[in-house]
Amino acid sequence: MNRPLQIINERHWERFSSTERIGRSAFYIVTVVAFIWALKKIEVIPEFLYDAPEQTADLFKRMWPFDWKFYPDNIHPALIETFHIATLGTLISLLIAVPLAFLAARNFTSNKTLNWIAQFIFVSTRSVNSLIWALLFVAIFGPGALAGVLSIAFRSIGFVGKLFGEAIEEANRGTIEALTASGAPRSMVLVKGYWPQVSPAFWSVALLRWDINIRESAVLGLVGAGGIGVALDSAMNNLYWDQVGLILAIIFTVVIITEIVTSSIRSRIL
Amino acid sequence: MNAAGGGVLSITGLFKEYRSGEPVLKNINLEIEASGVTAIIGPSGTGKSTLIRCINRLVDPTAGHIIFRGEDLSQLKGKALREARCHIGMVFQEYNLVERLTVIENVLCGKLGRLPIWRPLLRKFSDQDITRAFDLIDSVGLSQEFASRRADALSGGQRQRVGIARALMQEPSLILADEPTSSLDPKTSVEIMELLDQVSREREVPVIVNIHNVDLARRFASRIIGMSAGQVVFDGPPDALQDTHLNEIYGGEDWQA
Amino acid sequence: MSHTAVGLRARPAAFLVHWPSRLAWIGLGLYVLYAAGQVNVSWDRIVSGMPQAAKLFGRMFPPNLAADKLDLITTGMLETIQIAVIATVVGVLLSLPLSVMAARNLSPGWLAAGARVFIAVCRSFHPVIVSILFVKAVGFGALAGVLALIVSSLGFIGKLFAEVLEELNEKQVEAIRSTGAGFLNVLIMAVLPQVFARFIGLSAYQFDSNLRNSTMVGIVGGGGIGAALFTAYQRFDYDVVLTILIVIIVLIMLAELLANNLKKIFR
Repeated sequence: MNRPLQIINERHWERFSSTERIGRSAFYIVTVVAFIWALKKIEVIPEFLYDAPEQTADLFKRMWPFDWKFYPDNIHPALIETFHIATLGTLISLLIAVPLAFLAARNFTSNKTLNWIAQFIFVSTRSVNSLIWALLFVAIFGPGALAGVLSIAFRSIGFVGKLFGEAIEEANRGTIEALTASGAPRSMVLVKGYWPQVSPAFWSVALLRWDINIRESAVLGLVGAGGIGVALDSAMNNLYWDQVGLILAIIFTVVIITEIVTSSIRSRIL
Repeated sequence: MNAAGGGVLSITGLFKEYRSGEPVLKNINLEIEASGVTAIIGPSGTGKSTLIRCINRLVDPTAGHIIFRGEDLSQLKGKALREARCHIGMVFQEYNLVERLTVIENVLCGKLGRLPIWRPLLRKFSDQDITRAFDLIDSVGLSQEFASRRADALSGGQRQRVGIARALMQEPSLILADEPTSSLDPKTSVEIMELLDQVSREREVPVIVNIHNVDLARRFASRIIGMSAGQVVFDGPPDALQDTHLNEIYGGEDWQA
Repeated sequence: MSHTAVGLRARPAAFLVHWPSRLAWIGLGLYVLYAAGQVNVSWDRIVSGMPQAAKLFGRMFPPNLAADKLDLITTGMLETIQIAVIATVVGVLLSLPLSVMAARNLSPGWLAAGARVFIAVCRSFHPVIVSILFVKAVGFGALAGVLALIVSSLGFIGKLFAEVLEELNEKQVEAIRSTGAGFLNVLIMAVLPQVFARFIGLSAYQFDSNLRNSTMVGIVGGGGIGAALFTAYQRFDYDVVLTILIVIIVLIMLAELLANNLKKIFR
């Protein structure tokens, strides 16, 4: 951005230009108004609120101690399935998102229509939650892990595509120019010019999305798309709160471990 | 310069404007001989870089012809253009190496235009190519141990040498250099110009250099082309370059930087 | 330059085969085959699902635009937006002190550790799971959804903003402090200018995220359009489902557009 940070105009100092100030004030005003409107409109049933503390305490009491013996037969296979769903889903999304990202990157693909189509695919797949994708895929393929894998895959395409596309656009123009000037075809420029520059970003985005997907895969079972969510759903329906407690604790542990692993790898890449 | 050996590059009526009504290059006519270093001098913005980039079509000319190896470069497209570019090596101000690749990989990139895709993909280059790459690294003054170092671990001068090696890997009939010394310190600049001169003589390849430093141009070029406001205002050997010419090119006494 | 055999042997190898990464690729390939078998994911199954997919899309088109449905959808969408707004505002306000507490350069070790654990817990659970718990605690309805999203906002902004604070340029703070300014003044003149833009960026991102999540929490009883979506789904009213999906997508695209323009104002 080539704007001056301050406007110094004849001994009159302003930190922001008047358009900026109007914009900022408008933002604050709109936020406050929206907040107040939302508060007034939202329905809160007071009776439920009163016994909330009681309900919460009751809930935690029922969850503890965890029903450990439930683990081997019911939870372990579901946990493994969740892992598979997250990993396969992520891998499939990478396969689709990477070529689309090259189409979306304005420095690689100059055709504006292609840019736009790829960006549109990214935005629309991002806007639909994996849970909602799961509803669709369960309706098509029936309950089970296939629906889960596809939901994760489709949702992730937009995420990966957008971030990776941005990384491609930040590739050093000069390097690409040099390879083009030597007569290399586009495919070579991609392999030897773009890829070495963007590969750290690729791995970083892939790991980040995988981490998020582990979290997402755990809940897909609530609508029948496989994984530990199925066990959670049935435990809740049967009001076996000690099993619920166990499942939540397991999910928590897995998520924490995954996050530690992926953050340490990502910090080493970048 | 005598017209020995015949022209390698023939530019006629070259005209370029980025915005209509504001031409950057006006009616350039040049014949480049098959050997020697030709230095193009002139103030910034006068079209030197545009001229060089029009030759290998990094910039598209608005009008004019550029005859190279019997073809008009300004009309080529697609595969034919790539073919032609394979014979023109280019050295850049910012070196433009692939930072994360090693020196030897960067040099081998020079041959990308002529290799089937599986070779660079699987990094299975022929022994011949690898030997040639090592030889080139040698000949630009870098020792063998540099070959497996990453490009971003090198100094500016070293990077530019790799850039020159990469251009030589193409076995070019012409080498373009767009301000190859502008990012280097004075001593290294001299070394690089020496290298370009040596390369030109040993391999009998003409080199066209775009350069700010008039002293370097005088010292190493066999022909100087002075540009001002998009036109050629001087064309001759270095000894013919007088102060009056420099005044005309750079305007006033300002050329004495 | 000689090309003798001796010369060739004396050269260092141009490319060393990087065994760890090659093994990793092979391992990955094997894993994919194994996992695909385990969860029964195969190209055949995908292809054989195509007729069913066609049938589904056939029942989705054209989207149901009946007046009573649209009414329902509008109420649901408004509630979704309300949930997102409240959750973001409250979440943002609460995460400010939380991230200050979690920043190791601004608060004592024990407090920072405690705050970080709290943030980690908030982040670990999917908003849907947290909604289920809140529904049990405070009953069905938007409140459960709001509380769930506040938790998720605390987790996200708390963590990232604490990182921003930890990357503070100490020198600028020192300089202001040396003029004799009190803690609050130091905060405003030295700390805030550095971090404000990032903070707004994070908040905008979180609003977008909350909006997306609030479309879902209704599925488990947390209010918003999710409930209408799920009901229509279970009743096989797929044309209503499509209408709701379209509205959700449009809403989220608009929100993204807004967030991008916001960045321009605040830089």
